Amino acid sequence: MEKDKPWALLSEEGVKQAFLEKLADIMEPHFQIITSREFLQNPLLHGPKIQAMFVWSCCPAAEHLLLNLLPSLKVVANGGAGIDHLDVPFITSRGVKVTNTPGVVSDATADIAMGLLLASARRIVEGHQIAVDAKTTYLAQNLMGVDVTGSTLGIIGMGQIGYKIAKRSRGFDMKILYHNRNRRSIEDEQAVEATFCESLGDLLRRADFVMLAVNLTPNTTGLIGHRELSLMKPTATLVNISRGLLVDQDALVKALQSGMIRAAALDVTHPEPLPRDHPLLGLPNVLITPHVGMNTCATVRGIVQKMVENALAAVNGLPIPNEVKFE
Amino acid sequence: MRRLCYVQCMRRLWGPAQVKNLHTSVCQLQRKKVMEADKPWALISEVGEQGYIEDVTDIMTQHFQIISHRDFLQNPQLHAPKIQAMFVWNACPAAKPSLLTSLPALKVVANGGVGIDHLDVPYITSLGVKVTNTPGVVSDATADIAMGLLLASARKIVEGHQIAVDPKTTHIPQCLMGVEVTGSTLGIIGMGDIGHKIAQRSKGFDMKILYHNRKRRSVEDEQAVGASYCESMDDLLRRSDFVMLAVNLTPETTGLISHRELALMKPTATLVNVSRGLVVDQDALVKALQSGTIRAAALDVTHPEPLPRDHPLLGLPNVLITPHVGTNTYTTTRRMVQRMVDNAVAAVKGQCIPNEVKTK
Repeated sequence: MEKDKPWALLSEEGVKQAFLEKLADIMEPHFQIITSREFLQNPLLHGPKIQAMFVWSCCPAAEHLLLNLLPSLKVVANGGAGIDHLDVPFITSRGVKVTNTPGVVSDATADIAMGLLLASARRIVEGHQIAVDAKTTYLAQNLMGVDVTGSTLGIIGMGQIGYKIAKRSRGFDMKILYHNRNRRSIEDEQAVEATFCESLGDLLRRADFVMLAVNLTPNTTGLIGHRELSLMKPTATLVNISRGLLVDQDALVKALQSGMIRAAALDVTHPEPLPRDHPLLGLPNVLITPHVGMNTCATVRGIVQKMVENALAAVNGLPIPNEVKFE
Repeated sequence: MRRLCYVQCMRRLWGPAQVKNLHTSVCQLQRKKVMEADKPWALISEVGEQGYIEDVTDIMTQHFQIISHRDFLQNPQLHAPKIQAMFVWNACPAAKPSLLTSLPALKVVANGGVGIDHLDVPYITSLGVKVTNTPGVVSDATADIAMGLLLASARKIVEGHQIAVDPKTTHIPQCLMGVEVTGSTLGIIGMGDIGHKIAQRSKGFDMKILYHNRKRRSVEDEQAVGASYCESMDDLLRRSDFVMLAVNLTPETTGLISHRELALMKPTATLVNVSRGLVVDQDALVKALQSGTIRAAALDVTHPEPLPRDHPLLGLPNVLITPHVGTNTYTTTRRMVQRMVDNAVAAVKGQCIPNEVKTK
């Protein structure tokens, strides 16, 4: 029975994650797992057996050289919704399917978006550092934040994640503006009381919190640069839970240093992690988390389940739940 | 007469228009001086440091002449007879009998903030002095901080930031895992204005909401936020993933959460406190966090504030503490001061007081 199971390639990082989260019970009934290291010890022996590749945190890299060693590969199954690190046209041109895991990541990512927004607005990290500092002898009254309730949230990118962020912010009586490639239906808009902004500039001028919830594509790379930051209010906060490359980081540093915007909260940067001498690390008005948007046990299990489902369907020639097609 | 001579002198030096302006300004200044002298005196703690931020003093000086406690103590016999109002902020100045009985003209102790556990209301009112607080204006900001603490603890935001900026960090950690907020169960203990607003916010996260309160709320209130009443607090403790404390501090709620209550909670549960430190038995909390009886705690309030620097809570990895910032936005702070002043003005003038605290 063991040798009936198709072989799947998984990086060391992926194995570590799977081990940590006890995910073997999801993968092992369906696939024989081989790590990148084991594979590379004898690629000519192992290569032809491998029918699926599980990509976790961009590893293994689904590049030309690697794909050449995997003649039986049927699917590159990504863990996570973003696939900007995968050359989809190239991979599919070789007859290999690409899959991702949308939906299952949305709640946890929307939660982190709200967590970052609130932590930045109310200076929770600074507050904790003061509260536990060995030198703190009294509570000064000047650790002031900005109001979240009743403020204006501008969501750039109103896909599943953006929409869930809108839903959560309604509970705080926030006014919601959004900008998206396509306008959403009236029902969708009314359900979360969101107002469409055809002009990105208009959203940027009006928002107290600017939330980035877009895919990284050639069109959205550097979406937020010097011009966009200068349109924002000096009291506004930028929150990014998408990809680091959406933001021109040099422009962001200047904007934060000069007070052009109040603060930034970033779950994503480019690269990850930032070089240790990067100016963003030293700014008092920046909150950075190390790409933890999906980091709950339940969500990770859900992602792995989806990855395995997608890969099994591809290997067995069945309809694939989350195939990413070349547009 | 002197004023007329003055104006005539000025007319000789300047043109009539400037003189008219000058005359108007002089009258205004004199009127202002007279008005200043009419304004009642209020005793406050201090401006700056642990007291008021500079930006709010104008709200007080619009209706009162203010004197800081430090200045008052320079010459209490001179100042005491003038004082009609005392503004209390962060429990300062302390409304002790020795102070209160030295203020013969005192009409009101006006608190900034809704919690008045630090004021002996029966005693103060027995002196014929009103007590006021500022409910309502604090609720949104406090509910926001409650959600902020819940999310920051659940998703390890503080730890995450520390790792992200640490000079020794070379790669993204794979094991910084938090707990799910969406779809989890939130148990709110204390469903007043603040508790209800917390419920409203957590509904957006599809959280199941349980609540325990002295009195059950109306069906409409419950349905508006999808909250289920738990007659038994133990039941709420057993079922919740997040336990949120939003009660007043009273003799009944002191030590409300102790060993027994923490033991009833899930080992995966988080305690969030935005009420008062004394609602929780802190020694019991330390043990529960150290032993894994509960997963974590997020506290905007402790007892005392701040904690002594050698307190075990400060060293625990699964504790998030903020320095009582529940109302710390400029807008909220200004609103609180405005309400505090409005209450005091009404009391001093013998008018109807918006937020009088009465002895039950």
